[in-house]
Amino acid sequence: MSKIINDIRETARQLLAEGKVDVVIGYEKGSLPLKATPCFVHSSEGVDSLIWDETCENNLATYAAKTPGKKAIVAKGCDSRALAVLLQENQLVRDDLYIIGVSCHGVIDQRRIGAEVGEILEASISDGKISVKGMEGDKEYLFTEVKDATCRTCRYPNPVMEDLHIGDTIEVAQGAAAFADVEALENKSDNERQEYFKEQMSKCIRCYACRNACPLCYCQECFVDCNSPRWLTGGVNRAENLLFQAGRVMHLAGRCVDCGACSRACPQGVDIRALNRKMTKDVYVMYNHESGISEEGKPALNEYSANDPEQFLVKE
Amino acid sequence: MGEIQVETENKKYEPKIAAFLCNWCSYAGADLAGVGRIQYPATIRTIRVPCSGRINPLYVLKAMANGADGVLVSGCHPGDCHYISGNYVARRKFALIKSLLNHVGLEEDRISFSWVSAAEGGRFAEVVKGVTERVSTLGPNNGIFKVVDGGAADE
Repeated sequence: MSKIINDIRETARQLLAEGKVDVVIGYEKGSLPLKATPCFVHSSEGVDSLIWDETCENNLATYAAKTPGKKAIVAKGCDSRALAVLLQENQLVRDDLYIIGVSCHGVIDQRRIGAEVGEILEASISDGKISVKGMEGDKEYLFTEVKDATCRTCRYPNPVMEDLHIGDTIEVAQGAAAFADVEALENKSDNERQEYFKEQMSKCIRCYACRNACPLCYCQECFVDCNSPRWLTGGVNRAENLLFQAGRVMHLAGRCVDCGACSRACPQGVDIRALNRKMTKDVYVMYNHESGISEEGKPALNEYSANDPEQFLVKE
Repeated sequence: MGEIQVETENKKYEPKIAAFLCNWCSYAGADLAGVGRIQYPATIRTIRVPCSGRINPLYVLKAMANGADGVLVSGCHPGDCHYISGNYVARRKFALIKSLLNHVGLEEDRISFSWVSAAEGGRFAEVVKGVTERVSTLGPNNGIFKVVDGGAADE
């Protein structure tokens, strides 16, 4: 067992035994291979179920505000950024939060594996290699091959705030954010983009898994559930799916931390990140703002400056 | 039947444009255009909002979903907001809406934003003329947001 897991368990045990926190939010082994599941440990007996590896794909910040009492939370880079945004928005009290920071090398993109070997029956991870037994065959992967798309461009693998760090930190090349994926799409013609999003949106079944997985979608009543005004009908069609996805992305403007939880939660493989990344890029380019990189500061749309760009106006 | 057909064919296409106007500037600007008897195309359906900061991005999307051919959003010039900063906050939002909708393939000219003050009746007419012209060129909205089956029964 890795030292990191040991340290996480030991820390959780101490925190719970000393009564510093009521609950530790972490990951445990899931019922499906390569899928960890969030776990809430309330007493020191339960700490041995806590794990940490490349399958810990959920963003635990999602549960932080919904869990009452004092809580410790295992946070990778993107989780901590989401926590930072929640703190900026007064959804959390810092004193009720104990952040156990872990540096993250990225999580596994199961869809990529599933596409090749069918339904994953068994899997094991060791030394950066993943052996998978699937319905349609067995295969061995290097972790770097099946790393989730969002983790490939991750600039914050280390938590941006934490009370305790476990394990080593990861060196990241400092530099401007790169948006090669967004630019590739931008360079296509309007028609091509329209076709692309039409195709993506016709896959969506509006199960709202993306919304539920998102750490920053915390509205008491989501606009999709609102009866008056009724933004969306009950039916599922491409146009309304786009209205939902575009509406959600606009709600996340300047807040999205690009953790990729929405895309990983999507059962239909809709490219939700294509929209979120575009928004992230726009906010970065227009307002030089990156969300959740510190506890201080405000989300981009809560601020303004007298010389914000105005190219969007009509010519008259 | 035949006659009606001929009539619709001859009739020039007139777009329907949802115009969200702020109460303090653009709505008054539109009013001034009316009082001054300045002519502009009768294509806009005015919706008065307290401030351009009140514009919810969903208003724009829902207007498109319900079949508007275009959307015009107009508020006070930056610095002139009745509520001090409403249009500054709105400005960031508008820039992002426009960029995102263009990214998903909505035509650039479907959605227009402008600042029109209460004294600019003539300019308001110009803006509506310009917007109408551009939306007419694009033709009817059968775009990516329009809900074909008629959409929600709105209260």
